Amino acid sequence: MKLMTHNMLTSKGMKNVKEGFPLKIQAEEMRNVDIDYDRDFITRMIPKLDWKALVFAAQCVGHKEDLPDTLPEGYENDNELLKRLHHVLLEVEVVSGCLECPETQRKFPISNGIPNMLLNEDEV
Amino acid sequence: MSSKRPEHQAPPEVYYGEDEARKYTQNTRIIEVQEKCTERALELLALPPDISAMLLDLGCGSGLSGEAITENGHYWVGMDISPSMLDVALEREVEGDMLLGDIGTGVPFRPGMFDGAISISAIQWLCYADSATHRPAKRLYKLFMTLFASLSRGSRAVFQFYPENDAQVEMVVSQAMRAGFTGGLVVDFPNSTKAKKIYLVLMTGGAAPLPSGLQEEGAAGSTQALYQRRERMKQMRGSRQPKKAWIMQKKERRRKQGRDVRPNSKYTGRRRPERF
Repeated sequence: MKLMTHNMLTSKGMKNVKEGFPLKIQAEEMRNVDIDYDRDFITRMIPKLDWKALVFAAQCVGHKEDLPDTLPEGYENDNELLKRLHHVLLEVEVVSGCLECPETQRKFPISNGIPNMLLNEDEV
Repeated sequence: MSSKRPEHQAPPEVYYGEDEARKYTQNTRIIEVQEKCTERALELLALPPDISAMLLDLGCGSGLSGEAITENGHYWVGMDISPSMLDVALEREVEGDMLLGDIGTGVPFRPGMFDGAISISAIQWLCYADSATHRPAKRLYKLFMTLFASLSRGSRAVFQFYPENDAQVEMVVSQAMRAGFTGGLVVDFPNSTKAKKIYLVLMTGGAAPLPSGLQEEGAAGSTQALYQRRERMKQMRGSRQPKKAWIMQKKERRRKQGRDVRPNSKYTGRRRPERF
């Protein structure tokens, strides 16, 4: 699971969950992959990101990598920041561990990089 | 040849067990069909040219459609209910991130995350009740409602699927419309049993004209634009005023999507005089 995906993912499918975001990450195994850097894509995605949740996630997995606590103005021109963002969003992957709902503490296991978001009958 | 529909045999996570998942993904005809359908679905998404989009692949399975999305320069997140199919996708080292999940319980994303969504031969599975608690129409509605919220303004969702009969088409389309989508069916090669493909093209913005279905030389086209049918039906019925509760719910839904919505007042949902 990439951190980009984590930034979009909620546990809102469960009844009684209001936001279900951000999910806490407990990472066991991590890995880095190589993805081609696409500056336009990163620049376009930035306004959609929840920056606080991204920093939170990066901290959970020990990859805060000098990400600033808040998104600086004029980020479109900061090539250094964009490259670091590309790395954190797309190249850092959680292979195993689990995600935890902030409201119910329900855990969603991750194995082989795939989070299991299947809900039980009584959770829907 | 016995052509028993897979959907009659078992729920998808059981049907697509380890052996079937492997067989499916190695079948050259299936690979080719998936690739063609994905290309067509991407075309029907009408994405702005020359950008890399972030797409959602519903029922991504073993990643055949995902690979075609990657080939076209886009990023994707996939959801599927069969662990075996996802295992095959991992073996194929597909680029998209995948989730194990049941789209009938909704798609669990923040509002406005995706530039589009596609689904290749998947949602017919939702038309069958796999357990006593499943109600197909309710599951379809949950999918469409949460999908609508997950899509960015003005983007589309394209579902290529294999309905068993007209009743299924009607159920799928009506739940999509209930969830706020406009759009309709595009049928390619309607006169060929083998080549015929049905695409449900759903839009989040205002209604736009649907492209015509592909056809062989000399064959009659067969595009059903459902929003056109809706307009005609409205005219026939005479416009019935929607209930206030429905209006309030719709406004709340749109607020959640981040749209500009007029604040509620004593005038909200008020009966307008004739000739308003």
